[in-house]
Amino acid sequence: MRALLRRLSVYLVAAFVALTFSFLLPRVVPGNPVAGAVARASQSGACNAQCVRAVEEQLGFDVHTSLLSQYVQYWGHLAHGDLGHSWSENAPVLSLILSYVPWTLGLLGVATLMSFLAGTAIGVLLAWRRGSWVEWVMPAATFFQAIPYFFLALVLVLVFGQTGTMLRWFPSLYGYDVYSDTPGLNLPFLFSVIGHAMLPAATVVLASMGGFITAMRNQMVTTMDEDFVLVAAAKGLPTARVVWYAARNALLPVVSNFSIAISLVVAGQILVEIVFNYPGIGFHLYDALGKLDYTLVQGIFVVITLVVLAANLLADVVYVLIDPRVRQAA
Amino acid sequence: MSEPVLEVRGLSVDYGYGDDAVHAVVDCDLTLRRGQVLGLAGESGSGKTTTAMAAIRLLRSPGVITAGQVLFHPRLASAQSRARAVDVLEADEEELRSLRWSEISVVLQSALNALHPVISIRAQFDDLLEAHRPSLSPGQRLERAAELLEMVGMSGDRLGCYPHQLSGGMRQRVMIAMALALEPQVMILDEPTTALDVVTQREILEELMGLRDRLGFAALFITHDLSLLVELADEIAVMYAGRLVERAPAASLFRAPRLPYTYGLLHCFPPMHGDRSSMEGIPGSPPNLRELPSGCSFHPRCAWAMPICRQKTPRLRDLNGSGRAVACWLHSGEVAIPAELARADL
Repeated sequence: MRALLRRLSVYLVAAFVALTFSFLLPRVVPGNPVAGAVARASQSGACNAQCVRAVEEQLGFDVHTSLLSQYVQYWGHLAHGDLGHSWSENAPVLSLILSYVPWTLGLLGVATLMSFLAGTAIGVLLAWRRGSWVEWVMPAATFFQAIPYFFLALVLVLVFGQTGTMLRWFPSLYGYDVYSDTPGLNLPFLFSVIGHAMLPAATVVLASMGGFITAMRNQMVTTMDEDFVLVAAAKGLPTARVVWYAARNALLPVVSNFSIAISLVVAGQILVEIVFNYPGIGFHLYDALGKLDYTLVQGIFVVITLVVLAANLLADVVYVLIDPRVRQAA
Repeated sequence: MSEPVLEVRGLSVDYGYGDDAVHAVVDCDLTLRRGQVLGLAGESGSGKTTTAMAAIRLLRSPGVITAGQVLFHPRLASAQSRARAVDVLEADEEELRSLRWSEISVVLQSALNALHPVISIRAQFDDLLEAHRPSLSPGQRLERAAELLEMVGMSGDRLGCYPHQLSGGMRQRVMIAMALALEPQVMILDEPTTALDVVTQREILEELMGLRDRLGFAALFITHDLSLLVELADEIAVMYAGRLVERAPAASLFRAPRLPYTYGLLHCFPPMHGDRSSMEGIPGSPPNLRELPSGCSFHPRCAWAMPICRQKTPRLRDLNGSGRAVACWLHSGEVAIPAELARADL
C-alpha cells in the first residue's frame, strides 16, 4: 500500500507540473488568444475597450492582472471543473471534452488492450518456438512498429476504406454514420460505431503490437534460460505450465514498460483520429488548433495529461499486484 | 550390492553441431544403485552437470546427446516379475513427463533461481502435485505440502511465503521438500550446498542423509568438493575434461587414490575432520574442451606424465578385484606405480 501511495504522490507532482505548463504555454508564446478573438470580433464591427474586456472575461485570460493572480485564478477554475468557454463551439470546454472522451477512451482502451494481450501472447509463442517458421513474425512486427501511425492509417483507408479505392470494406470517416443513425442505445447505432471503429482500431493495434511482441519475446528468451524454468520442466509439469512459469516472470518488465508505451500510443491515437475524422479528443485538438481556440486546446491538454497519468498509475497498480516483491517492499 | 536403479551407458554429449561441436561428455558409464549415494566429482567444466542433465534430458540448447543409453529400472511390481527398464533417452514426451520428478527429481545449486520468484511456495507445490497426483483434492494437496515442509524441518505455515522471504538455507530445504514430494527413486543433487555457508551446508546434508535413510531414495550427488563426498557417498566417480577417469568405493578413493588427478583433487580441500595437512593445488587450469591436449587430457598438469600419456588416451579399466576402475597409463601394469598412488586399499 505504501508503494502505491508513494507513486500516487509522484503522479500528483507530475500532474501539478503538467497543469502549470498548460497554464504557462499560451501565456508565453507570442500572439495571445485575446488578440485573436478581438481580431475575429473586429470583422463584424469595431471592437472597443469594453468589447476587449468582455472577450478577456469570456476566455478567462485577464492580461491586466499579474501572472501570479492569474495562476491562482486558473487553479480556482480547475478546482471547480471550469475549463473555460470555447468560442468556436460556443459551449463550456468541460462539457465538450466530456462528449469527446468516450470516443477516444473507447477506441484507445479496446485497441490497446487487444494489442497488449495479443502482442504478449505472440511474443511468448515466438520465444518458445524460437528458430521455427514463426520467426517471420519478428521482421513483420518490427516493420509495423517502424511505420508512423498516420501513414499506416492512410494505407488502411486506401485498401479497406470506403473512401479508398480498393476493397471498400469498412467506413473510414467519423465515429458513426452521421447521416442515418441517431446516437443512443439502439442497435443500428452500435453496429455503426463498431464498424467505424474497425480501421482506426486496426491502425492502433497494428502499430503498437510490434512493440509488445518484441518486448515480450526478448524477455521470454532471457527468462527461459532461468533455472526455475528448467526445474519446472524437470518437475514434469505440462508444457503449457512450463511456458506459463517463464511468461509469468517475463511479463513483469513488460508491464513496467507499459507506461512508456502508453504515451506513444496516445500520441499515435491523435494522428489516427485526425486521419479518420474520428470524433475523439485528438481530432478536436487538431480542429481547435486550426481555429486558434486556445481554451479548448488548453482543456484538451489537461485531459490528455490526466489520462496518461491515470494509465501510468493503473500500470503501477497492476505491477504491484503481480510482483509480490514490490508488495513486500511497500 | 543392491540392484541398479539408474544406469548410464556410453553417454556422449556435444555442445553445438558438426565440426564446431565441443565434446562435453565422452563415453560415460555410471551405475547408481538402489538406496545408494553416487558422488560425481571434478573441476568446473569437467562435464558433471552435463552428464546428469543429459540423463534426464534437460540439456540446455545447444547441448546434444550423441550416443548412449540411460536405463531407469522402475520399482519392482512384485518379487517375481522384473520390471522392464526404460531408456530415458528413447522415451516419448508423455513417458518422460511421468518419469520426471515422480521417479527422478533434481535439486540445483541455487534454490533462489530454482524456485519461481513470484509464485508462492504453496502454489509451486500445488502445481507439482496437481500435475502428478490428479486424484488429490486441493485440501489434500495443501496438507501434503505442509507435511513435506515439516519433513525438512520447516514449519508448515511457511507455505504462504514467496522465495524472497526465505533465507538461502530455507529455500534449499523447500527445494528438497519439493524433490521428495512424489517419493522418487532417484534424486539428482547438483551442488546442493555450494551456495550456502558451512554451518547451513552441514545441517542440510545431515537432513538429506537422514531422509535418505528413512525414505531410501538413491542420490547422484554432484560436487567439486571431494572431501564432502567422502562422508556422504557410497561410491565416487571422478570426471576430467568430459571423461570418467576414476571410480571407486568412497573410502578407498579417499584413502588410496589411484589417479594423479584424484590425488591432486584430494589435496585441494581441507578435510572436515582429521589432522591439519598442507594443501597443494593442481598446477595449471582445466583444459579448454575445444583444444584438448592429445592423449590423456590431464598429461600437461600431471607430475608423473610419461611419453605414452601424450600419444594415447587411456581407457577406463577395472583394477583386478578391487571394485574400482581407473583410466591411467600408470596402472597399465607396465611401469612401477608411484608410492602415492599405490597405497593399500582398505
